[in-house]
Amino acid sequence: MGFRTPNSSPLPSTADFRTQVESLRPYLLRYAALQLRDAAAAEDAVQEALLAALAGEANFAGRSNLRTWLTGILKHKVVDSIRRQVRERPVSELESEGEPTEFDALFDRRGHWQENPDTWQQPEGALGQKQFLAALELCLRALPARTAQAFMMREHLGLETAEICKEMGITPTHCWVMLHRARMALRLCLETNWFGK
Amino acid sequence: MLLSCKETTRQLSQGEDRKLSFGERVALRLHLAICNGCRNVNAQIKFLRLAVKRLSQDGDEERTA
Repeated sequence: MGFRTPNSSPLPSTADFRTQVESLRPYLLRYAALQLRDAAAAEDAVQEALLAALAGEANFAGRSNLRTWLTGILKHKVVDSIRRQVRERPVSELESEGEPTEFDALFDRRGHWQENPDTWQQPEGALGQKQFLAALELCLRALPARTAQAFMMREHLGLETAEICKEMGITPTHCWVMLHRARMALRLCLETNWFGK
Repeated sequence: MLLSCKETTRQLSQGEDRKLSFGERVALRLHLAICNGCRNVNAQIKFLRLAVKRLSQDGDEERTA
């Protein structure tokens, strides 16, 4: 599906390019909303990314997949947006510090499972199901805001932990705690709402 | 030293976010070899990564720049 500038034409059609860029807007909005948890902030990030894309049209020049290129631009705008959010409302100590205690009930006093976690049946099959992805999104929404953002920066944007800590203004240790909490909460949530059924 | 399951889940998670030391990896392996529950959690953590990527992609491209 790559957009290619025809070699025969020295001036690519700007109208075409705009149309193609615009057609990817729904995908980009979804991408930003998953990360920002805020429709208005997602709109802004996409708008900024599209403006940057249209201004930098020459840089694209059919070199790669248009969606990949736009997503790369959007990623930076999303991180900018998170940085602004964190500046306004820093990550609370409650959310980042200490050991995750809310999962203590899963373990006995010596730290062994009270009840061994089961194998999830056919997880690959679930990936192809819209209902499963909807369940996962609900589980993500149930996480504390910053915890979810840190987790999505790691797993969705694919950022390194060091970068996430920097943007969130927290230490690596706190970062790991948040990411661990997110994973444990999500696995419990999916087990309850999907795999355990 | 042998890890508890609670410590193991924490190390499994950190293994996704930083490079574990040789000793940490050995301790994890030893625990996973004998603990079914933690092996399941390990698989689930890796599955979460795949699933989250799938949320915005239709599967036609795995990574973005």
